[in-house]
This record gives sequence, structure tokens and C-alpha cells, in this order.
Amino acid sequence: MFRSSLLTVRGFIRPTTINKQTTNLINSNRSLLVRFMSDETRKAIDEAVGSAPVVLFMKGTPEAPACGFSRATIQILGQQGVDPVKFAAYNVLEDSDLRQGIKEYSEWPTIPQLFVKGEFIGGCDIIMSMSQSGELAELLDDAEALVPEEEDEIEVDEQTEKKSEAEKK
Amino acid sequence: MSLTSDSLATIIKQRLNANEVEVQDMSGGCGQAFAVIIVSDIFKNKNKLMRHRLVNNALKQEIGSIHAFTQKVFTLEEWDLQKKQFAG
Repeated sequence: MFRSSLLTVRGFIRPTTINKQTTNLINSNRSLLVRFMSDETRKAIDEAVGSAPVVLFMKGTPEAPACGFSRATIQILGQQGVDPVKFAAYNVLEDSDLRQGIKEYSEWPTIPQLFVKGEFIGGCDIIMSMSQSGELAELLDDAEALVPEEEDEIEVDEQTEKKSEAEKK
Repeated sequence: MSLTSDSLATIIKQRLNANEVEVQDMSGGCGQAFAVIIVSDIFKNKNKLMRHRLVNNALKQEIGSIHAFTQKVFTLEEWDLQKKQFAG
């Protein structure tokens, strides 16, 4: 299992999850150019991908991204209003099996990598262009991964009402 | 062998049948980070993910050897539209 970090609405918190590494075998084969991930790694990645509706494999953590592309992606997800309860991030720098394995798993050479409802969506370039076109918002909305807006709206409405009432007086 | 903007542009032109390629070396000279724009009709009728996979596969070795790679890809038609938008 890989450790995940979760987003909170306005900042990020890191939950406590398990992190069990089995790197001995892999380390001894590190010189090989092509490396195939173990069944164990694939299973762990399967679990990670399915651990939340929105899953990001990144360098560093949401609160401290270790790469500009991961940082940009986290920012975009935050701006879109991804619900922290529906989000999990995995730091590939914490686990060399994960770092290699995820590239093989999704047949994608770079990190970050975004999965929504178990489906690979893309890397930073794709996420950025999808956020600009509105596709990302749609996708996250369909996946019911966004923070519910109603409460916020009510609060805002009340405030503006009070304000306008005060102005009337 | 380290990549340069020119060598990468040549490779992209050949392998992706590109009409226009723009490669920007973002690494400050070490040849580890590139941003590319690729215009080719092989992207026609393909979604973003398929397009990027096409590029990733064509440049598998090159991307594997560098630290950062960012791509924007267009068909000829989309590229003309882009140019008009920026010009207009």
C-alpha cells in the first residue's frame, strides 16, 4: 500500500495511512533498462487508483509539491474545487516501486498523473488544457468529486442580503 | 548524447510527420527540459490523451532521458485557428 495525502478545502492535510515497501528485489535489478513491475506493485497501484474518485500521483505532497508540474496540477485541482474527501495524492518520491510502476501501469512517461474514477486522464499538460476548456470541471462534476456548492451559496446569499438590508437602513 | 532543441525538433518532424515544430529548451542548456508545440495532421480525430500518447510513444527514449517534457499539439486546422486568435 502506498501512503496517500488528502486535500482539505483550503489547504492540505496529510492523513495517516500505511506505507509498506518491498524494494529489495527491485533495487538489485536497478541497472536493467527495462524493468517490469511486480504483481505486488501492480496490485498496490490498483488499490491506490481505486482509493478515491480523484487520485493524483505526484512528486512531493499537496502541501509541498516537489516539482513545478505537480504544483501546477494541485493548484488546478484546488481551483476546480475538488472535495478533499474525494481526493487522494500519492508521493512517488517516497517509493521507487511506485515511481517506476505508475509509468508502466498507465503507459505514461511523466509525473504527475491524474485518475478520475479509476480512469487515467492525463498529465499536467492535459489537465491544464482541460481546465481551460472547461472539460475538467465537467469531468469532476460528473464524477461527483467537487465540494457541494449549496452551503457556500446560502452563506453568501445571507451575507449579501444582510449587507443590502444594512444598506437600505 | 544529450538532446538539443534542434535535434529534438528534427526527430519530432520525422517521426510525427509534423508540419510545424517549435521546441523550447527550458533547462537553461543542460538539455533536460523541453517544451514543444507540434502541428501535424496525424492528430486529426484523436482526443487529447490519444494525441499525447502518440507523441510519448514516438519520443519514448527521448522523454525517458530527460527530466521534464511538456507538449502542446494541434492539427493544421486547429493551428490556423490558434494563429488567427492570437493575431486577431
